Amino acid sequence: MPDRPMIEIAGVSRNFGTFRALDDINLTIAEGQFFSLLGPSGCGKTTLLRLLAGLDVPSAGTIRIDGEDCTEIRANARPTNMVFQSYAIFPHLNVAENVGYGLKRLRLGRAEEDRRVAEALEMVRLPDFGRRKGNELSGGQRQRVALARALVMRPKVLLLDEPLSALDKKLREEMQIELRSLQQSVGITFVLVTHDQYEALALSDRIAVMFAGRVAQVAEPMEIYQHPATRQVADFLGGMNFLSARIAGETGETLTVETDRLGTAVLRKPAGFTASGNRATVGIRPERLRVLWDDETAPHMLTGRIASRAYFGETTSLAVAIEGLDAPLSIVETNDYGADELKIGAEIRLAYDPEALVLVSDPAA
Amino acid sequence: MKRTTRSWRDREDLRGLALISPTVLYALALLLVPVAMVILYSFWKQSFMTIDHTFRLSNYEAAFTQPIYRALFLRSLWISLTVSLVTVVMAYPVAWYISFHGGRNKNLWLFVITVPFLTSYLLRVMAWKVVLGHNGVVNSALMWLGLIHQPIEALLYTANSVVITLVHSWVAFAILPIFVSMEKIDRSLVEAGRDLGDSAFRSFRRIVLPLSLPGVISAFVIVMIPTIGDYVTPTLVGGRDGMMIANIIQTNFGQAQNWPMGAALSVSAMVLVSLAAGIMVLLLRLLVNGVRR
Repeated sequence: MPDRPMIEIAGVSRNFGTFRALDDINLTIAEGQFFSLLGPSGCGKTTLLRLLAGLDVPSAGTIRIDGEDCTEIRANARPTNMVFQSYAIFPHLNVAENVGYGLKRLRLGRAEEDRRVAEALEMVRLPDFGRRKGNELSGGQRQRVALARALVMRPKVLLLDEPLSALDKKLREEMQIELRSLQQSVGITFVLVTHDQYEALALSDRIAVMFAGRVAQVAEPMEIYQHPATRQVADFLGGMNFLSARIAGETGETLTVETDRLGTAVLRKPAGFTASGNRATVGIRPERLRVLWDDETAPHMLTGRIASRAYFGETTSLAVAIEGLDAPLSIVETNDYGADELKIGAEIRLAYDPEALVLVSDPAA
Repeated sequence: MKRTTRSWRDREDLRGLALISPTVLYALALLLVPVAMVILYSFWKQSFMTIDHTFRLSNYEAAFTQPIYRALFLRSLWISLTVSLVTVVMAYPVAWYISFHGGRNKNLWLFVITVPFLTSYLLRVMAWKVVLGHNGVVNSALMWLGLIHQPIEALLYTANSVVITLVHSWVAFAILPIFVSMEKIDRSLVEAGRDLGDSAFRSFRRIVLPLSLPGVISAFVIVMIPTIGDYVTPTLVGGRDGMMIANIIQTNFGQAQNWPMGAALSVSAMVLVSLAAGIMVLLLRLLVNGVRR
């Protein structure tokens, strides 16, 4: 796929009174990409989406869509369409009228309009729902109607504002798969706003993680999970054990660190990393620590005592106190063996791989 | 502890009935009974000082055939329709402005609208005499500006003065239901309309207008029903040309001492206003259904 930019956001800020909702955002989203804006509530991700939709105007900066400066262009004249968080299904219209809402203005003629509405309903797998009223639909169906209503306009960019957050877990997982395959079949650039890291990881080609009106990191899902740039990003995307380490050596791209209990490792520097003094923060994901059973051994081992446990069915989460470490280590153990023996107070041995250690920028360190 | 019988206090439905019963009894005693009496009277006949209690339709015959009654019915209907229409047309933009652009001051706006109600209805109607009269505010101002050389007599004691006064009396009652129906419109619906290509006006026409229709209909009916039978305003500012059906009903119960005739006119007015209100509701629905496409 050629990486032609579809959306270019340059120096965009948005102030509400004295509150700075967005602070100098710079992002480029390639054509045909499934792009996610991920962050906690209040981080500005929805504000940014509304700026892309033209429902709001930035206080500073420019937004280009498909090479055209759209900063001042209002929503009704942009090549973007949006799926609203509340779905915003028109209650006084039936499903077909909802889906055909935006087509009326294009004066395509009755036959072409009907054909495109039917095609869009087919695409979201609601072919026989045209005559239903908006208030006769379930949450999942409303979401599909909202999708069809936006896709029928054949936008260059489809904007989705937490489209799955109102659905129950099982339906949400189904819709994730459907949304992904839909995006691949239509080839339209999707921009998804979500606070759910699993959703972002599962659906996206690229993710921008946002905090307090700023973009903390932009990368592919695996990169963002395995090499989070900052402590905040690491913490937001799943759990992470943070350890303080001493810097023992530095090259252009790597840093050699000595940890208190997890040995010495040569780690890749994240983008924008600057060491402050001779201390650095390293992290290790809970699932990269493994319980050693019976007489199993590993090249790198730790011994500790279980401080707390939470049983989740397929996994058990443990906090293991290790002598010489300030905070207990969180670990996630798959319950394929010996889950009953993981009792509070039990002494266990853990295996880890020094390659699983990552270096993160930590403003607090 | 085990209880086998439950007190009526524990039954949700009974408790509800108990709560509304004072209102229901009050309404029954003061609405249903008098209405039933009026209906009964309308089928009797006044013969000099006594009432002939045999069932007859002659009062209704008179109500629908005598030119004076027909003229007054038509005028009342015409005035109330005009008042409702003008009131709703004037109230709609105000309600829209408060709901969509009132921002933080919504409550202040609503308060300002209800301020005129701090003075009595009678006083507000009387005030229009001062405004519209021979030497009134309007005439004096126009004379002073040199736009007219003698006072316009058509301002007061005509059907127009009744319409003007009634619109002023009722406009707040029209703003409130329209405002409430607009407040219930999810703002993301309007944004969705814009996102799908509507101009601001088009999204108003296709979304806000049809969804605020229930408010428009209630406003129309709220204004129309009481104005058709209004008595105070035509008495004070209507003169001979602004007389309405309520005035002649009053005359029948009063000076003319013909209660059965007054009763028949009252019942006819009730039926007429219900029909007219029903037809208006249907027409408005059709109109807006046509507009939103």
